[in-house]
Amino acid sequence: MTSSKVKEEKNMNTVYDTAVQDRTEENRTIEQTQAVFQAKDFNLWYGNNHALQNINLDFNENEISAIIGPSGCGKSTFIKSLNRMVELVPIVRTEGDIVYRDQSIFDKSYTVEDLRTKVGMVFQKPNPFPKSIYDNVAYGARVHGVRNKKVLDQVVEKSLKGAAIWDEVKDRLNDNAYGLSGGQQQRICIARALAIEPDVILMDEPTSALDPISTTKIEDLMHELKKDYSIVIVTHNMQQAARISDRTAFFYQGYVVEYDKTNVIFDKPKDQRTEDYVSGRFG
Amino acid sequence: MELINKQEVSKKLSGRLLLNKVLKYIFLLFTLVGLVVLATLLIDTVLDGWRYLTPDFFTSYSSSRPESAGIYGALIGTLWLMAVTAPIAIILSVGTALYLEEYAPKNRLVNFIKVNISNLAGVPSVVFGLLGLTLFVRLMELDSSVLAAALTMSLMILPVIVVASQESIRSVPSTIREASIGMGATKWQTITRVILPAAVPGIITGIILALSRAIGETAPLIIIGIPTILLFTPTGVLDTFSALPMQIYSWVKLPNPEFQSVTAAGIIVLLFILFLMNSVAIYIRNKYSKRF
Repeated sequence: MTSSKVKEEKNMNTVYDTAVQDRTEENRTIEQTQAVFQAKDFNLWYGNNHALQNINLDFNENEISAIIGPSGCGKSTFIKSLNRMVELVPIVRTEGDIVYRDQSIFDKSYTVEDLRTKVGMVFQKPNPFPKSIYDNVAYGARVHGVRNKKVLDQVVEKSLKGAAIWDEVKDRLNDNAYGLSGGQQQRICIARALAIEPDVILMDEPTSALDPISTTKIEDLMHELKKDYSIVIVTHNMQQAARISDRTAFFYQGYVVEYDKTNVIFDKPKDQRTEDYVSGRFG
Repeated sequence: MELINKQEVSKKLSGRLLLNKVLKYIFLLFTLVGLVVLATLLIDTVLDGWRYLTPDFFTSYSSSRPESAGIYGALIGTLWLMAVTAPIAIILSVGTALYLEEYAPKNRLVNFIKVNISNLAGVPSVVFGLLGLTLFVRLMELDSSVLAAALTMSLMILPVIVVASQESIRSVPSTIREASIGMGATKWQTITRVILPAAVPGIITGIILALSRAIGETAPLIIIGIPTILLFTPTGVLDTFSALPMQIYSWVKLPNPEFQSVTAAGIIVLLFILFLMNSVAIYIRNKYSKRF
C-alpha cells in the first residue's frame, strides 16, 4: 500500500524531476567516473517526522562512499532508501527521486526485486540464515533460479574467495553458519551479497558489531572489492571513513551538511559543524 | 545521620526469613494438589482398566457383554477423524497466520481480526458443535459424517494453531527476513525458504497440541449427532463413524459395573494417544528451540 503511494507520488513528480535534472546536470562538476546513484531533492518522512531533507548526492562507480554523522541523523535511513528497504517500515513516505544508472528506482516499471538484485546489502549485525555456509552463499543464486549444482558450486567458491573467507571455511561448507565467529559470519554475509553479482554494495555499519581484528579484515576486503564494485558504507566510526573511503558525506539532523573528497572532509572541511564532528567535539 | 535504623532492620530480619521459608512450602503444597489428583486419576484408571487391555480389546467392536467389548470401531473412527481434520486445519490456520503476519497491512481491522482469533480460541466447544450442526450437518447436508465432524473440529482448533503459528512466525528475527528481501527474493520466496523453515518447529508444536485437544473432544461430536456405538468402520469421508470419546461416554452410562472397567481401558487408550502426541510436541520444541 505504501509503496504504491510512493510510486504515485513519484509519477506526479516526474515532470518536475526531469526539469531539475536538466538544470543540475549542467551545473555538476565533471566527475572522474560515472555516477551509479544520484539522489535528487530526496525527502523522506516517517509519519510526521521529516527524516531526510532535500538530499542531493552522487555516488561514483568503483569508489567507496562513506556516510558519517551522529546517531539519528538519517544515514541508515538514506542507505536503506537506495535499495528501497526503507519501505518495509509501513509509515514511510518519500518525495524527490533517486536515480540508479539513469533510471529512477521509484519508477513503476522497476521492481524492487530487480533493484535489490543489482544493489546488494550488508547489514549492521551479521545475519546469516540458520543454514549451512554453502546454502547461505548459494541463497541468492537459488532465489534467482540457478539450479545447476556445478554453477552453484562455482558461485559459492568465487563469492567466498571474494569475501576473503574461502580458506577458513572451504573444509566445512556444510556446517551451520551459526557456528562461525561474528567476524566470519559478517564475511559470509558479504560473500552472500557478492553471490548475486551486484553492481553496488550497500553496507550499513558492517563492522560495528565486530572486534578490531575482524574490522581490519573487512576494511582490507573493501579495498579489494572496490575494483569491481561500487560501495556505499554508513559508519559510526570516523577513523574508518577516513581510512577506507574516497568520498564522505556528513549527515546532520536529516540533511547533508557537506559532501566532498574524504581528505577534504577530514582535513579542511568548509562547514563548522563538519569540523566539530570530525574532530570529535560532538556526536 | 542514618535514615535507616540498623537495629530495626536486624530485628525484623528473622520474621522476613521465616515468611520466605513458609511461603515456599505453601506453594509446594499447591503444586502437589494438582499432581496428586492427576496421579490418583491415572493410577485408579490404570488399575481398573488394565485387565481389559487385551489384544482382543483392540480388534473387536463394542458389545453388550463387557468381556467381549472392544474399541476397534471407535479407534478407527478417531483415526479417520484426525486424518481428515489435520490437513484442513493445518492449511487453513497456517495460511491465516502467514497472511496476518506477513501480508496483511497494519491497520485497525487487521488488529481487530487478530484479537478476535485469540478470543475464538476461548469459545466453548459446544458452540462449535452447534455451528457444525447448523452449517455442515444440516445446511450442507453432510449428515453425521467424518467430513462434517472434521470440518467442525478444524474450525474449533483453527484459532489455537493460528495463534501458535503467528507467535512462531513473529519470533523469526527480522534481520534474516531483511537479508533475504535485500537479495531480491520475493516475499513468497522469503516465506518458503527462510521464514517457514525457521518457524516450523513452533507451528508443528501448535498443531500437535491442537490435534490432541480435538482427539479428546466430545461435546461437538454429541451435538452433531455422531453415534455412540457403531458396528462398522467408515470407508469414506461421507460415512458416519464413532470416536474414542464417544465410545467412552457410551460405556460409562451402562448399568453393568463391569463396564466401568471397560471404560477405564478405553480411557487408558485415549490418554496414551494424548501423552504420545504431547511428547512428540515437547520433543520437537526442545530439539529445535534456541536456534537464534
